Amino acid sequence: MQGHSHYVPTSGIGKWMDSRLPVPRLVYDSFIAYPVPKNLNYFYTFGAILSFMLVSQIVTGVVLAMHYTAHVDLAFNSIEKMMRDVNYGWLMRYLHANGASMFFVAVYIHMFRGLYYGSYKAPREVLWILGVIIYLLMMATAFLGYVLPWGQMSLWGAVVITNLFSAIPLVGPTVVEFLWGGYSVDNPTLNRFFSLHYLLPFMIAGVVVLHVWALHVTGQNNPTGVEVKDVKKDTVPFTPYATIKDAVGLIFFLIFFMWFVFFQPTYLGHAVNFVPADPLVTPPHIVPEWYFLPFYAILRAITFDVNLIIFTIPSKLGGVLAMFAAIAVLAFLPWLDTSKVKSSAYRPMHKQFFWAFVAVCLILGWLGSKPAEYPYTVLSLIFTGLYFAYFLVVLPLLGLFETPRKLPASIADSVLGKARSGGAPVTAGAAAAPQTKG
Amino acid sequence: MMKRFSLRMATAGLAGLVLASLGPAQAAEQVPPPRFNWASSGIFGTFDRAQLQRGFQVYKEACAACHGIDQMSFRNLAQPGGPEFSTAQAAAIAADWMHKVREIGDDGQPTERTPRLADRIPGPFANKKAAEAAHGGKAPPDLSLMPRARSYERGFPWFLTDIFTLYQEHGADYVKAFLTGYEEGKETPPGTHYNKYYPGNFVAMPNVLQDGLVTYSDGSPQTAKQYAADVTAFLMWTAEPHMEQRKRIGFQVLLFLLVLGGLTYFTKKKVWKNVEGHA
Repeated sequence: MQGHSHYVPTSGIGKWMDSRLPVPRLVYDSFIAYPVPKNLNYFYTFGAILSFMLVSQIVTGVVLAMHYTAHVDLAFNSIEKMMRDVNYGWLMRYLHANGASMFFVAVYIHMFRGLYYGSYKAPREVLWILGVIIYLLMMATAFLGYVLPWGQMSLWGAVVITNLFSAIPLVGPTVVEFLWGGYSVDNPTLNRFFSLHYLLPFMIAGVVVLHVWALHVTGQNNPTGVEVKDVKKDTVPFTPYATIKDAVGLIFFLIFFMWFVFFQPTYLGHAVNFVPADPLVTPPHIVPEWYFLPFYAILRAITFDVNLIIFTIPSKLGGVLAMFAAIAVLAFLPWLDTSKVKSSAYRPMHKQFFWAFVAVCLILGWLGSKPAEYPYTVLSLIFTGLYFAYFLVVLPLLGLFETPRKLPASIADSVLGKARSGGAPVTAGAAAAPQTKG
Repeated sequence: MMKRFSLRMATAGLAGLVLASLGPAQAAEQVPPPRFNWASSGIFGTFDRAQLQRGFQVYKEACAACHGIDQMSFRNLAQPGGPEFSTAQAAAIAADWMHKVREIGDDGQPTERTPRLADRIPGPFANKKAAEAAHGGKAPPDLSLMPRARSYERGFPWFLTDIFTLYQEHGADYVKAFLTGYEEGKETPPGTHYNKYYPGNFVAMPNVLQDGLVTYSDGSPQTAKQYAADVTAFLMWTAEPHMEQRKRIGFQVLLFLLVLGGLTYFTKKKVWKNVEGHA
């Protein structure tokens, strides 16, 4: 896909620019002529949706920052003032707060799509790892942002999460004081969180550029998992085909987004965060935002010390390690999955394990919202085990034991097969894709 | 002091972390409040102006002696989407207000003056310490955001169906139920009162709303139940003064997006028509 530029500047200015800084050529090659597999379904529009969400979050965030005061005595009221006295301030705030949740809705669909179709496999390992880095940065940004309104959950969420680092042996307490900028979560903490919350999205934007670059080098995966063999037969140009399809996906995603912004703006938050932060009153139930709940369940699943003969991992450190491992394991996915076949449409067993894994993640999310008491702790431990089993046991072994279905010879073949029989898929596996038409 | 505070936070953090059970396990079961009808609920919900005006009257006569509504200014009482008093009425309310604006005078000494339209509505206490001192160490909470700052556990699957039924008055239902949830003749620790809906049941605030306490001029029933409904509706507005604007714009946005989405979809169909395998 890279290195076959067909851009021909027509105007004088175009030729002049092309021989100096070929930005128009870059745009032409990346977003107009770039060939995309013709069999992509609507799950492949989430890349564009995520790009839109990043821009939306940055734009609304920059506006919010104009009215926000990062001080423990003023932060809460500065946001309430914005909601009341700034023209459409309430709209900016709801767009930003709900936008964070929608960003995660989109990224989870995007990631599960990658898992289902094996988009992380060679030659897209670097593309996938860049995605994991973006996800990690998103989590950090979202956490920092939730602290800024300085409500009760902001403060106590910050207390719980920064305390994770105190589990690090020897240097833990020092690291935590460094993060706090003092001896407790207080004004210096809020200030640096605001600073970092403003910084990280631009780092995300940088990694997104690399992510898209890597995508354009390898080309997109597709629901068959069969690589493009003949650009003419297997692909269509990005514009107008992918652009218009991404637009459809984005608009319907926006309808979902706007439903929350305008009719349920506080549904995804916590009521207790409308109570100003008070370091002397602990809320009865400290829970993170919904998108962190599965990891929160894993964090709290380790309620026992792990004795390794030479040394002991205390339960708190064990939980922290398990939580970070749950994210880190994603980066090793390209090498943990031993199957040569990419798409689950042709992997009957993996398809079942995939949906089981989705269920495990949802159940972990539910457990994360429950208090850490019997039976939830035991269930958390079981499902944490299942979560890791998918990556460390199922994926490595499945490639050795599973008999994949017969792959189509090419993307064009799979598409034609469907068209000839009047829309009903001929290739056995194609029916399995959640959505093959589009 | 710093070190002790640090230790306190670390301990609390640890509690939240590994033993988050402590909080909820100790917290008493909360009785879910009954569902009430609110004029402001649903996609097209708007506030009942007369109810907000009555609610303001209840706030003024029954609540304002102890609770502030710090986020509100007198001018808000006249803005669109609220109780919509006339500007002259709102100015008169400011001039008659029971609490004065506290400020530092030109001579550098603390002084008081009569509120004006542009002022925040002054609360009963000069500061948090004064409020605490007058109430046995715990200041009565500000009411501006109360229906948003309270809620109750919906549980599965109701928290999902709420997305589609647009039920979002959890806090309002709680506040109204709380105000009429006092029960007599229960054993309570000294200085507290028994409330059926308050988490833990023992609350410092006494039962304030009694039948006939506030005299309405519009003929509405002068019952505790009606007072509770009216003042809760008023507080729903103070918690989100732009709710009506939000819902109005939201409907327009959704309508626009649905039309745009339909048109874009058919454009897409046309663009893809000649691609093999696509209808």
